[in-house]
Amino acid sequence: MSDLKEMEEQENHIVSPMIYLAILGALLVGTGLTVWASFIDLGEWHIAPGLTVFWNPVIALAIACSKAVLVVLFFMHVKYSTKLTKLTVMSGFFLFLVLIGMTLTDYFSRAWGRW
Amino acid sequence: MSDSPAVMHAETADSHHEHPAYQRHHFESVAQQFDATNFAMWLFLLTEVMFFGGLFTAYLIMRNWYYPAFVEASHQLNIGWGTANTGVLILSSFTMAMGVYNAHMRRKSGLVLCLILTFILGLGFLGIKSIEYTEKYEKHHIPGFHYSMSSFLNPASDPEVHNSYPDDKPLGLDMARHTELYFFLYFAMTGMHALHMIIGIAILGYLIVRAQAGDFTTGHITYIENFGLYWHFVDIIWIFLFPLLYLISRH
Repeated sequence: MSDLKEMEEQENHIVSPMIYLAILGALLVGTGLTVWASFIDLGEWHIAPGLTVFWNPVIALAIACSKAVLVVLFFMHVKYSTKLTKLTVMSGFFLFLVLIGMTLTDYFSRAWGRW
Repeated sequence: MSDSPAVMHAETADSHHEHPAYQRHHFESVAQQFDATNFAMWLFLLTEVMFFGGLFTAYLIMRNWYYPAFVEASHQLNIGWGTANTGVLILSSFTMAMGVYNAHMRRKSGLVLCLILTFILGLGFLGIKSIEYTEKYEKHHIPGFHYSMSSFLNPASDPEVHNSYPDDKPLGLDMARHTELYFFLYFAMTGMHALHMIIGIAILGYLIVRAQAGDFTTGHITYIENFGLYWHFVDIIWIFLFPLLYLISRH
């Protein structure tokens, strides 16, 4: 009955307010950071002709993803939930990234070299 | 495992086990009920991720195609209001998380206070959003018959934005037309997000009444926990909307 025991532990797991406060602080710092970064021109990286990475959107999305991970893990308790929930959440987001990633690579590469 | 005060009688134990009123009869235990509803809530939220994902993908593709139009149109948004709204929403997520904590600790007044704070912060978010929408309405930046491209054909005609972004060049007519597409996606995405907020606030009102009656501080935390998941999910959507719509077009 190890499953039952595991469930019992989960039910009794209560995230402490100190952790919530720390996450709140991290999220507010992240918000400040992303606004601050948007006022600076972070430049770009020319990998090859016609292939350039602009750092501003990359940094903004990286900060947004970090904030989202903090919310999912701590506010939404995924860090403390069952393996089933963890697996479901991870596979859901993975499928989402596959869908959006495949679509974008298709659209962005259709007219490759013809602009 | 269950905190039911009821005593099990030997002759009825096989056919009917005693459990708290909030535990549905087909679950073995409160913990199992909690996990099952939690799992179901996540499945629902993942469909929501896919729903908003379609809008995000459309936005990224259109932004790539009509880049100058999207950059200048997004300069119409006020970063101050956007940042304030992000702060308000993150704070409301924190008060909601504290509400879940109070429900676990069976503190009724703490739970009701947290839910009311979340309710107020949610309304605050919508209030700020309505200020922004009003500005778009006044400038004729709502897509449709009355849409005006003058801010983009002639940036000097819009001194407020022009002073903050003096480098913005006038767009050609064809590119200026596509600013309407930016605002269409802006209203679709923030509007869908706002609709989720309105639904959340309505449910919060119901939960506040039930919490006040003491329904969620007797060990019955599934409603509060799962509503918390919904509220945090809406927060995550905004965490991505804010940089994509407001910030990344500054440079």
